[in-house]
Amino acid sequence: MPPATRTRLERALLAVCFCTLALYPWLYSNYLSTTLTQWLPDTSTAFVILAFTVMGLGLNFVVGYAGLLDLGYVAFFAAGAYVAGWLASEQFANAGSVVFGGTVLPKTPGIHLSPWLVLLAAALFSALLGVVIGVPTLRLRGDYLAIVTLGFGEIIPQFVRNGDNLGGFNLTNGAFGMNGIDGLGFGNTVHHAIHTLPSNFLNELDSRWYYWTALALVVVTIVTSLLLRDSRLGRAWIAIREDEDAAAAMGVPLMRTKTLSYAIGAFFGGAAGAMITLQAGATSPDAFSLQVSIFVLCMVILGGIGNVWGVTLGGILLAYVNYKGLFAAGNTFNSTFGTNVDISQYAYLIYGVAIVLFMLVRPEGLIPSARRRAELVEEPEEENVGAEASPA
Amino acid sequence: MGTGVGTAAASSRRPILALVPRIRSRAVTALGILLLGLVAFWLVENAVHDIGQFGLVTLNGITNGSIYALVAIGYTLVYGILELINFAHGDVFSWGAMIAYSVAISWLGADNHSGIELFGILAVALLCAGAFCATLNVAVERVAYRRLRNAPRLAPLITAIGMSFVLSNAIAVVYGFNYVSSEPLLSRRALFTIEGQSYGWDKLIVLLITVPTLMSLMVVVKRTRWGKAMRATAQNRDAARLMGIDVDRAIAFAFGIGGALAGIGGFVYLVYFTQGRFDLGFQIGLFAFTAAVLGGIGNILGAALGGYLIGFIENYNSGLTWHAPGPSWTESLIFILLILILVFRPHGLLGEELSTRS
Repeated sequence: MPPATRTRLERALLAVCFCTLALYPWLYSNYLSTTLTQWLPDTSTAFVILAFTVMGLGLNFVVGYAGLLDLGYVAFFAAGAYVAGWLASEQFANAGSVVFGGTVLPKTPGIHLSPWLVLLAAALFSALLGVVIGVPTLRLRGDYLAIVTLGFGEIIPQFVRNGDNLGGFNLTNGAFGMNGIDGLGFGNTVHHAIHTLPSNFLNELDSRWYYWTALALVVVTIVTSLLLRDSRLGRAWIAIREDEDAAAAMGVPLMRTKTLSYAIGAFFGGAAGAMITLQAGATSPDAFSLQVSIFVLCMVILGGIGNVWGVTLGGILLAYVNYKGLFAAGNTFNSTFGTNVDISQYAYLIYGVAIVLFMLVRPEGLIPSARRRAELVEEPEEENVGAEASPA
Repeated sequence: MGTGVGTAAASSRRPILALVPRIRSRAVTALGILLLGLVAFWLVENAVHDIGQFGLVTLNGITNGSIYALVAIGYTLVYGILELINFAHGDVFSWGAMIAYSVAISWLGADNHSGIELFGILAVALLCAGAFCATLNVAVERVAYRRLRNAPRLAPLITAIGMSFVLSNAIAVVYGFNYVSSEPLLSRRALFTIEGQSYGWDKLIVLLITVPTLMSLMVVVKRTRWGKAMRATAQNRDAARLMGIDVDRAIAFAFGIGGALAGIGGFVYLVYFTQGRFDLGFQIGLFAFTAAVLGGIGNILGAALGGYLIGFIENYNSGLTWHAPGPSWTESLIFILLILILVFRPHGLLGEELSTRS
């Protein structure tokens, strides 16, 4: 296909996709038949799907661009979630009342910042954590890095679980997690400004707010990904992914470049974590298992490592299957055959089989990036010549 | 010329710059020694505090460490030969425990027998678990990893994670999501006591199985043709193939040995803890893998040593009374140790210095 038409076709497709996603809450509630909505997520579930897509895109900076295998991405989810808990709940009630632009009444005990600020703070804190984790560990290569990140992914939830008594100080509420976290939204600010709005228009509990915020974050993440990919930094990442030694020889500062990819990936992971927490209104250490890291990693792999559109598609698809598709399939199965199988119990069996089959049949992902496709096609032939001893 | 001046300036600065890494590595060494000293002091203080408890905890550490060692060797064999973290290995171990349960308790009713009959039943269960897991591990390699041997690094790793999900959830399909458990199979009657703390058959059998197993493993790896082929393949696959070694069979052999050891580990776990569940292998697998890295991945003796070290850390941390962080921090401690080892001594305790292979 000639590149020009491909771009035009892609643009049209993209516009259609975006409009469908933006109008999804209306479409879902007004225009779709019940047989279809049975298979489609409601707005809150769609929000979760988009939030996880942001995580997939964030991990793509690390795994896809810089080629650093991160098996502990859930650490940043946890960091974002707990920052949201600290800055928008009654966790620190005995510190007095700090209310700033939030959705709660003045004088509410605890710290309640505006959720938008909380999102930013969570993202920045996660990025900082990414740097702190990255600086000592990113010197390691390949599998060793994977193991260390896996270790961090296990340590941080345990720290959170035990964090209710750090020298007598209750930082995280331990295994109970944090509850009563404020919601997203502008509170009553919008209604105060425009009196003619109906009182239930986009109030803070409206799930559409969350949905559109998540969608906006997806767009921001995609745009950031694309801009960075074509920047000097992005080229440095890809150079490192292809050959670390060659990149270093060409003058790419390895540590700084790797740490930046880690921090940027963490930034979006933290934002997504905070958003999910603000919507759920609660968070607990049980939410941060290795499974989440793997789940997000699978989005990147399934979609096509390093390809933004592939990862977006993979993210939406996998999160859909996990949060809606599997239940819908189970319900349909049960009602058709009159059985009573709880298919979600076997979700991980199904995922496992899917991962293995997928890697065997199409390891490059649904929409592989052009560069990786080239690698995957050429590599076996090169290896047979005799470079097989060190599969890079 | 500019370059000449630059070179002169650089060479005049070099002695000082060259000192920096040396000072840094000395500082790291000093810090490491200090840390080890603190740990030693803490152990001695605990031993003085309550010698009985200390002795018991040490013996428990050996017992748990044996299980980690058996599982860790499977990781180290596979990593040594394929440079693949076989995430599914922990779940092969779980299968070992479950098969041992099925054979010993459901099928042969070990809880109703005693004496020589009981030992016969246990021997059958041990053999079944080992054989089953060896077959299972070889099958996993054949189905999931062999085709990806020349694929980019990430592909087999992800497949291994997928296999891990498949194996552990397959247990859930067969045995359900809850624990299967039995009455203690071996009498907990004390063989001897230290300061009121008893040591029974249930612990001794762990050592009675593990030590001969590890010894015969060393013989197999060091002395037999198969072991030699495996080591040659691990060193250089192409050269091994040129020397007429069937590389596929050598790799399958490594998986088989690793699987058998995991199966024996599963049996030992079942006999000692008398319970098992589908997700058993997850944490034990992670700990065992840590043990393999700790000892120097690819090194069998190192994996065993690492396994016992992890066993000690776990039990000292959760069992000692004087200023121990407690069981809720065990996982963190072990992973922090792993991270420290990887950052400061990536080749582990016994491993050889690796060249900078990416």
